[in-house]
Amino acid sequence: MKLILHIWRQKNPSAPGKMMRYPMDNLSHEMSVLEMLDVLNEQLIVKGERPVTFEHDCREGICGSCGFMINGVAHGPMPATTVCQLTLRHFKDGEEVYLEPWRAHAFPILKDLMVNRSALDRIIAAGGYISVPTGSAPDGNTIPVGKGDADRSMDAAACIGCGACVAACPNASAALFTGAKIAHLGLLPQGQPERNKRALKMVAQVTRELFGSCSNIGECEAVCPKEIRLEAIARMNRDFLAGSWTER
Amino acid sequence: MNGKKAVMAVSGFALFGFVNVHMLGNLQVFLGREAFNRYAELLRAEPALLWAARIVLLTMVILHIWASWKLMVLNKLRARPVGYVMKRSIVSSYASRTMYWSGPIVGAFVIYHLMQFTWGVGGTSHDPKDPYGNVVHGFQVIPIAIAYVVAMGLLMLHLYHGAWSMFQTLGVNHPRYTPLLKRFAQVVSIGLFLGFSSIPASVMAGLIQ
Ligand code: HEM
Ligand code: FES
Repeated sequence: MKLILHIWRQKNPSAPGKMMRYPMDNLSHEMSVLEMLDVLNEQLIVKGERPVTFEHDCREGICGSCGFMINGVAHGPMPATTVCQLTLRHFKDGEEVYLEPWRAHAFPILKDLMVNRSALDRIIAAGGYISVPTGSAPDGNTIPVGKGDADRSMDAAACIGCGACVAACPNASAALFTGAKIAHLGLLPQGQPERNKRALKMVAQVTRELFGSCSNIGECEAVCPKEIRLEAIARMNRDFLAGSWTER
Repeated sequence: MNGKKAVMAVSGFALFGFVNVHMLGNLQVFLGREAFNRYAELLRAEPALLWAARIVLLTMVILHIWASWKLMVLNKLRARPVGYVMKRSIVSSYASRTMYWSGPIVGAFVIYHLMQFTWGVGGTSHDPKDPYGNVVHGFQVIPIAIAYVVAMGLLMLHLYHGAWSMFQTLGVNHPRYTPLLKRFAQVVSIGLFLGFSSIPASVMAGLIQ
């Protein structure tokens, strides 16, 4: 099959970038979008041109490295799918396809389709942990956890930190990401001692990184490859408000 | 950032409560000149109460505008300084994406509304003793009546999203109740539009004279 790609090309963080057109032929509908870029890059290297930089690692939808905008939608047209898992069968033969990096002040573009997502790591470092002495593993089931809580915590823990929520949000807000991390820990007994303080510290870091604020619009939820729900954001708001009273 | 959003939700909640009560009060215009003027007089019967209500509302308006201004600068100017070449919205409502338009326009409308019916400097005839007459004369000017309907359309948009968003902001979200809250926001915002707009519409149609 054929596709006409338009890809954002930018040499380095400070260089101006622009969309470049790459007509592609002889593609298989079984290829993933990343495999298509591999093919393109081989062609570019043969021609002596600079290959397209994009981030990837697992290529099975679990690491969160990959991700860019495809035709204006984070991770492209399929719900609950990362770009490494998105196959070309979801595109029409001959379609024009626009590939563009995540855009946010907090995600500076490093090169082409790759952005620096360290801001998300700094949000985790600010409070996305529990403080426990490590050592030998405790016996299983010494702390009872309700099945519902365990399930919902696990759902939140599915967040792979890809940054699609920030990319899709008109405000470039990191609320869904931060909410997922807060819900993941806050739903478990081990997360209780630092629960409110965690929300305060993580939200403070979000503010420092200059992410936008949440308007409850829901674009993030729609593009999240792990289907994290807006409910996680409400939980963050709840813990944040509680913490504003209880912490000092 | 989250704190400002909470300020927005609490002040929005207060203003939302006000517009509902205000609409119910205004609908008494359909009971005739005497009933409506009596209601208007009642509102002014106790100056201390009237001023308390005015001060609370003004505070809420100032807080709401202050917080939305701060968040607007963050969201629209700082958080994404370079925009997308191509960006599509896939699920969000038109109302939710236009909060920063519907809000300020409603704010500008409120100023004109006060000029017209409270201060009597809106360019239509004004008699402090006859609010009913002021309404009728005001809306007999067709462009003004239409502007009111348009402003109420924008208020409907603002609350179509805002009246459930405020719950989410304050931490209320539950798979069972959030769909009900969204439905509540839709019903009430459309009800507000129909209720408020029925007055200029009825004057234009000659049903209220
Ligand atoms: C009768 C007047 C008004 C009422 C009843 C009202 C009500 C509300 C409510 C309930 C919210 C939702 C808060 C939340 O998402 O948590 C909201 C949001 C908002 N309001 Fe208003 N508002 C009014 C006037 C205004 C005015 C005059 C402005 C502009 C200066 C404004 C700007 C905004 C903006 C920008 C938001 C979105 C905030 C966000 O999603 O981040 N509103 N409003
Ligand atoms: S490369 Fe790991 S999620 Fe796509």
